[in-house]
Amino acid sequence: MAFQSVLFYLFATVLVVAAARVVTARNPVHAALFLVLAFVTSAALWLLLRAEFLAITLVLVYVGAVMVLFLFVVMMLDINIDQMREGFWRYLPVGLLVAAVMVVEMWLVLRHHGLASAATHAGFTAPASNTKALGMLLYTQYAYAFELAAVILLVAIVAAIALTQRRRRDSKYQDPAAQVRVRRQDRVRLVSMPAQKREEAQSVKV
Amino acid sequence: MSAYLEQLLPTLLIIGKIVLIIVPLLLSVAYLTLAERKVIGYMQVRMGPNRVGFRGLLQPIADVVKLFMKEIIVPTGANKIVFILAPIITLAPAFVAWAVIPFGPEIVLADVDAGLLFIMAVASMGVYGVVMAGWASNSKYAFLGGLRCAAQIVSYEIAMGFALIGVLMMSGSLNLVTIVQTQAGPGGFLQWNWLPLLPLFVIYFISGVAETNRAPFDVAEGESEIVAGFHVEYSGVTFAMFFLAEYANMILISTLAAIMFLGGWLPPLPVAPFTWVPGFLWLAAKVAFVLLLFLWLRATFPRYRYDQIMRLGWKVFIPITIVWLFVVGVAMQEPIRSWPVLRIWF
Repeated sequence: MAFQSVLFYLFATVLVVAAARVVTARNPVHAALFLVLAFVTSAALWLLLRAEFLAITLVLVYVGAVMVLFLFVVMMLDINIDQMREGFWRYLPVGLLVAAVMVVEMWLVLRHHGLASAATHAGFTAPASNTKALGMLLYTQYAYAFELAAVILLVAIVAAIALTQRRRRDSKYQDPAAQVRVRRQDRVRLVSMPAQKREEAQSVKV
Repeated sequence: MSAYLEQLLPTLLIIGKIVLIIVPLLLSVAYLTLAERKVIGYMQVRMGPNRVGFRGLLQPIADVVKLFMKEIIVPTGANKIVFILAPIITLAPAFVAWAVIPFGPEIVLADVDAGLLFIMAVASMGVYGVVMAGWASNSKYAFLGGLRCAAQIVSYEIAMGFALIGVLMMSGSLNLVTIVQTQAGPGGFLQWNWLPLLPLFVIYFISGVAETNRAPFDVAEGESEIVAGFHVEYSGVTFAMFFLAEYANMILISTLAAIMFLGGWLPPLPVAPFTWVPGFLWLAAKVAFVLLLFLWLRATFPRYRYDQIMRLGWKVFIPITIVWLFVVGVAMQEPIRSWPVLRIWF
């Protein structure tokens, strides 16, 4: 048990430091990499709570897919840091207000159980197969919420594609179906020529 | 003192097991490079390396020694920390994933319940090394290679994941040991997943080739256009680590293919002469076969054009996998699953 708490404090420290560096790092690529580190360590914390399915899915979805695309975009940007810091004092009150609202919300959630009891509670109820238990809950008790989330995701996909899809007239497109459909007869014309003697051929050339 | 020892012993045991996995893995990587050069050599009617040791058998050792003796050069404009971190981050997932691979019904380091998910999550982290290497090198060729690699891996991961969902549906479990055990039966190799999931097996293998950046999907290296792609600035040990990770990933993908589609350690027929051979050897033989396919592909096909790679991943593989998942789902329903032929699998 002692070893587990050592692990917890280790991961928690790494998580807090990484999360702080996400906001303070001057280089946006470094910030994105610290965010990856924060995701991985929080997955490790979830593993300590025996929520293995959630932990692995966090790594799979956020680290494996979302952050790769994020990094992809951030790497290609040429961000001027001075320009970004310009409005710091002007936006500070709004930021503080948002932060305060979040703190109050977390306090409201945690007021009843507290951190420690929430952890032990989860540890005691987690069944042998996380995946099966989650599936059972999602497709029975929370079926409507689950389907609603699926529909929202679908709408988001459609919206994202609709927003980004525009055809540029000056760029060339290929039609793979047309390429596959091509047959030799359309492209090659076999011409049958009678054989010529050398003298005749030379006289023609001249 | 004794209580201290009691805590220490299991840890030492686990470390011993890890060494038992890593050392053979490193040896197989070394000899896979030799096998690749030999096999491609014979396919192109050449000899391949045959100078160091008996018929070239010591060539990988010579290569390793050479790579270790070389200087690591960090480019002036490079981002040093990320530059050094990149090969490490590439190599680590390639090794970590082996923790849940079963080599036999009882021989597994960590029998995790969600083993398949674990492997997918860990394998998806490998792309960071390549992207970071491309960015930190401060070279346009490396950068282009990193971008190509990121886009390609993210695209093919989806097709690969869908192919694996088919396996999940067949076995009803994410545990790799259970996945192999559900393929056992009197039908032998006809009951392995490759037959009912044939399209998914083919898609899984091709996506695996694309995930490991192997020919014909090796545009991230593309030496004719971008010199050597993401690792153009790396030398010595750092380069060796990228190399090691690529081959370790190849072996990992092959082992997963063997476990999920080719029945893992099961013998091809559950009758006398086949069952005498230990299961581990059957697994090794299947892995070797899939690895041979990797080398065969490399010797046979020219490199894909990049837009065609993307089309293949998004517009061909993903729709096919979804259609086949639907087919499997229908075949598993009650009146259909007890039809004469389908009864063998579903």
